[in-house]
Amino acid sequence: MATNTQDSSMTLKLILAWGFVGIPLTWGVVQTLINSMKLFQ
Amino acid sequence: MSFLDRSHTIAKPGFSRWMVPPAALCVHLCIGQAYAFSVFNLPMTKLLGVSQSTAGDWKLTELGWIFSIAIFFLGASAAVFGRWVEEGGPRRAMFTAALCWAGGFLVSAVGVYVHNIWLIYLGYGVLGGCGLGIGYISPVSTLIKWFPDRPGMATGMAIMGFGGGAFIASPLSVWLMNRFHTATHVGVTETFITLGCIYFCFMIVGAIIVRVPAPGWKPEGYVAPTQSQGLITRSDVFVYDTLKTPQFWLIWWILCLNVTAGIGVLGQASAMSQEMFPGHITPVAAAGFVGLMSLFNMGGRFFWASTSDYIGRRNTYFVFMVLGFALYCTVPYTGSIGSVVGFVCAFLIIISMYGGGFSTVPAYLRDMFGTRYVGAIHGLLLTAWSMAGIFGPVIVNYLREYNITHGVPKAQAYNNTMYIMAGLLVIGFICNYFVKPVDARHHMKATDKRGLEAAPAQA
Repeated sequence: MATNTQDSSMTLKLILAWGFVGIPLTWGVVQTLINSMKLFQ
Repeated sequence: MSFLDRSHTIAKPGFSRWMVPPAALCVHLCIGQAYAFSVFNLPMTKLLGVSQSTAGDWKLTELGWIFSIAIFFLGASAAVFGRWVEEGGPRRAMFTAALCWAGGFLVSAVGVYVHNIWLIYLGYGVLGGCGLGIGYISPVSTLIKWFPDRPGMATGMAIMGFGGGAFIASPLSVWLMNRFHTATHVGVTETFITLGCIYFCFMIVGAIIVRVPAPGWKPEGYVAPTQSQGLITRSDVFVYDTLKTPQFWLIWWILCLNVTAGIGVLGQASAMSQEMFPGHITPVAAAGFVGLMSLFNMGGRFFWASTSDYIGRRNTYFVFMVLGFALYCTVPYTGSIGSVVGFVCAFLIIISMYGGGFSTVPAYLRDMFGTRYVGAIHGLLLTAWSMAGIFGPVIVNYLREYNITHGVPKAQAYNNTMYIMAGLLVIGFICNYFVKPVDARHHMKATDKRGLEAAPAQA
């Protein structure tokens, strides 16, 4: 039981940590990709 | 401040090693802003005139020094503080990097406010540059210790963040300047203050969540090799002893040459594409090309470093040198036949290998010199980057000028430069060929007391 709680707590921490860096990075990549499309216009 | 000590960052049972890459990314995504500093150049030439430059406003040439000083102090601080970073642990290093980086922005904000460029040289250039250097190397050895089975992929993820930081910083800085801009005010001061605060918080989160593995920890199912295999050593070399090995200097030159070849064209990509294909590539399309190159620069950092886990570090650099040579030689041909697609594809692959060169080198150093001081050794090696930052743009700019003043058409002015870059990669190939395992006399002995304070947290 304690192990399960520990596992789900770590999973939550992983989601939060990756979201914390992943969301701004994805936003930046999408912005750059949109600008890059001008090459093909 | 004992919570910054290495001993307070040892992971407890149940900690997932996948928490460490986001911690590293928290730092690298922030310091990667350096690549986007140019967005401030134009607004900073109009601080007094606001709508246009006026007498007393700074010139672009004066502002160009800010980035150069920062990159110089990146290399210098990584080399000088490398051992301190390694022995003090990642949390202390990340915290210090956050203070320097955010402090650099705040001092620069004062510099903009009182219109004193020396304060910006000191703030963003010196203080921020130290934040760059310490921050860049802070998570490297920790990642390598957590991922002994995939060291290339692990460091590739962090160093990818450095390439990706500009993607966030560039639109964010423009948005902030637009928010703070008024009829009498450009808004750079407030933007610097805001960015400094945001980056400080972001980097502190990284410092809080980072952990080092407990002594003796290893990934589930991973069996560490008991003896050296080929170029991969099981021994450690003391940080300053690496300077006595030919392997360190060979890898130094490999990095320097690979970066020189890439950085020269990275800075000139927009102008080069327009001059080689007049009428075909417009300024707007060229801006799109530069954006695409940045994406490949970032993606290449992860792709090539991860690939090196399978094909080996030396082979990865052989690919960079051989493929790079072929592509640089192909670029003039694509120009002569007017193949925009060929030109774009060649440069996208070249720039991915430029990024890959940065991200694969920590794992190369780990293979050659062991895990113990890899972060500090990486710091020493970054002086190659500082050197390449001078060589690359100089070669491209001066050769172009020389060709044009000697009557070469603009469309062909870069041909010789491409052949010189290809030649640099041949030298890089030769250096890589001569990389052999480090002589055992350089290995640290079990009785070696140097860096003993770092030993308890070694995996």
